[in-house]
Amino acid sequence: MTTQEVRLCGLLLQEHFGGVVEKVGTHLIRSGALTLRAIVQETNMSLDLVKKSLCVLVQHGMCVFGAGRRGPGWPVEYCVCVERVLYMLRYPRYIYTAKSLYGDTGELIVEEILQRGQMTMSCAVKTVADRLTQNMEDGCSMDYSEVVSAFSNLVETHFLQRCPLVAEQGSAPPPTTSTLETAPPPPAITCPPTPESNPDCYRLPQINLRGRGKRRRSSEDGEDQRGGKKPKLDNGQPVGDEDIYWQVNFARFHLHFRDQGIISAVACKLDQTSSEIVRTMLRMSEVTTQPSAAHTQPLSANEIFRALPPSYSIGRPILDQYLTLLVDDPMEFVGKSGDSGGGMYVVNLHRALANLARATLESVVQERFGSRSARIFRLLLRKRHLEQKQVEDFAMIPAKEAKDMLYTLLSENLVQLQEIPKTPDHAPSRTFYLYTVTQLPTARMLLQRCYKTVSNLIERRLFETKENKRHLEKSQRIEAILASLQTTGAEPTQLQEVEEMITAPERQQLEALRNHINKLDSSENQVDESIFLLESYIKSAGTTR
Amino acid sequence: MAGRGRGRAQLTFNVDALGIKRGEALPPTMVKPSPLFPPMQFQPVPLQTGEAVDYMIALKQEFRASTKNLPFHIIPAKAKRDVERYTDKYQTSEPKNNTIEWTPDWNRLPKELCIRVREPQKSKAHPSMKRKKKTEIGKQEVIQKLETLQKKEEETKSDEEEENEEENKKKKREDDEEPEEENDYDDEDFEDETDYIMSYFDNGEDFGGDSDDNMDEATY
Repeated sequence: MTTQEVRLCGLLLQEHFGGVVEKVGTHLIRSGALTLRAIVQETNMSLDLVKKSLCVLVQHGMCVFGAGRRGPGWPVEYCVCVERVLYMLRYPRYIYTAKSLYGDTGELIVEEILQRGQMTMSCAVKTVADRLTQNMEDGCSMDYSEVVSAFSNLVETHFLQRCPLVAEQGSAPPPTTSTLETAPPPPAITCPPTPESNPDCYRLPQINLRGRGKRRRSSEDGEDQRGGKKPKLDNGQPVGDEDIYWQVNFARFHLHFRDQGIISAVACKLDQTSSEIVRTMLRMSEVTTQPSAAHTQPLSANEIFRALPPSYSIGRPILDQYLTLLVDDPMEFVGKSGDSGGGMYVVNLHRALANLARATLESVVQERFGSRSARIFRLLLRKRHLEQKQVEDFAMIPAKEAKDMLYTLLSENLVQLQEIPKTPDHAPSRTFYLYTVTQLPTARMLLQRCYKTVSNLIERRLFETKENKRHLEKSQRIEAILASLQTTGAEPTQLQEVEEMITAPERQQLEALRNHINKLDSSENQVDESIFLLESYIKSAGTTR
Repeated sequence: MAGRGRGRAQLTFNVDALGIKRGEALPPTMVKPSPLFPPMQFQPVPLQTGEAVDYMIALKQEFRASTKNLPFHIIPAKAKRDVERYTDKYQTSEPKNNTIEWTPDWNRLPKELCIRVREPQKSKAHPSMKRKKKTEIGKQEVIQKLETLQKKEEETKSDEEEENEEENKKKKREDDEEPEEENDYDDEDFEDETDYIMSYFDNGEDFGGDSDDNMDEATY
């Protein structure tokens, strides 16, 4: 774990679960697997608080537990998955994706499950139906069956999955091979059972759930918030899925993000039509391709032609032309793997990720150091090793400026320098100094910088809110007063009077604060897109090797 | 070696190899760390805008706000203050360390994490609850009595209309009823005079607490 990751994890935990969980979480991240007793001793917190925090972390899938390093029978050890904690940054994107794929119902289902970590189907369906009913006009209500169908759609497309079964206590869970694991898991803790090891992972339980969403009374509000965990039994009938919990399948969402990234990149690089062809290819191979595969299963041009939606009206010869164009493109999104069946084509998933990551690196250099530095960077990427003189010549930049830029890049660690001595004494005059750019380590470094950026953004946001705490509280109070006045039907003059309790400069300040916070939040979301791209590139580079 | 003693080459190697030409000044040495916020050479690109971006911001802010209200957001109990106050036991909203605000499925968690949820002492914390129920019953009784009385009165009225002839019988009936009524009045007088608290709570209910409203719904 790097310092930046730990810092970001701490901030995210703090934001979602409060300071207590943050303390337990960061301590666990720093020290790896620990027993309950050790955590209590080392953090100096009360036993109950530590227990509660661990419950929350386990509930949200951020903490795994298992028999300790000394084997079964010894105290249970806990370990935090940093990756999973960092996914919290991406929550808005998951929810938004669910919305764009499955509408408001899908959005609310994913949101609810993300908020609660894991939920039974019946509980999720009820809560979502109630929330949808709440937003509808009077007299309308959401039927449970509609929510159930959205839920089953999400499960069928693997966006939701069952939580892995909990291993019997005292016995180590069966060792499973997880393809997603980048680093070998620490020997202290046995790796958690992957959800996929359960054959029923995507099977929906039979639930008998009929009825419609209910409108919540304001008086019941607090009650419902607290007891929302256990499925309530309506009419005394058991719902039938009490012990089957569902969680969000982040890996599936990431595959979707990756595909969308490739499609939009093709659309930018070539045109809309070619992006539709790539989309069709990706959709066709969605089921047949392994999540970690370097490229999709080969598809013949005939198959692609048949699967194209008729609305695009792409003729067969045009499709062939487009496919040749895609294969010839230097970004290598699409490759040709054979000539049978009118040509076999694949989507080079890993190469596409690598190229997208490279484009990200180039654009970072360009935006931070100018286009001429970017030229040097690209040159080094293409030619691999160059001497200083060669860089100056090839980049066609005056020697002095080129030196300056090269050294700046070198000091920022974007460019590496390799010495190759001609004689064993390493004398500078008899040594080649070769400049080079290595993509993978540079991407790793940039990823760490992204983590740092997000941490800084969050801290800045916290600072801004703290500075304006008084104003925020005042405006909240006044809004509450206004709302209560409006329900009682107060006169407009009265309302105006209350509104005027916030003075003009205060209003200005609040507006500025809202602006800043929106900007910071938006930046967080956008940095996360880069984080996602770099993470998937690093992960794919790890599996191809 | 050629450069030695010529004034500029104190370095042990030929600076030409680093690309610094003869006659050029060496870059100044740095003795302090680089500034925390170095001046930006290039202005950052503006953030993306659009409907999707705005919606994502809204989602993020909403999610952040709602996590604060979920039971997973753990707030430690406040340290004991200077003195124990009378109001302390009525403020149940204070977070407690030894209770868990949500009901996890303990089958999915290690047993050692199980917190024995100690029920907050209800008998002490809500001394008024039982009383309220009692008054509720008392109220119902009164209403029932009044209803029976009304019925009886109506009956007697109809009797009067129909059976004017049999005055004797009627008188007998009135005689029968009178002692009953007297008894009822006695009851009510008794309640009014002796059970001071009951009437007190009746008044309180008229103000309309939420729970009482629900009870009313159930009875009517």
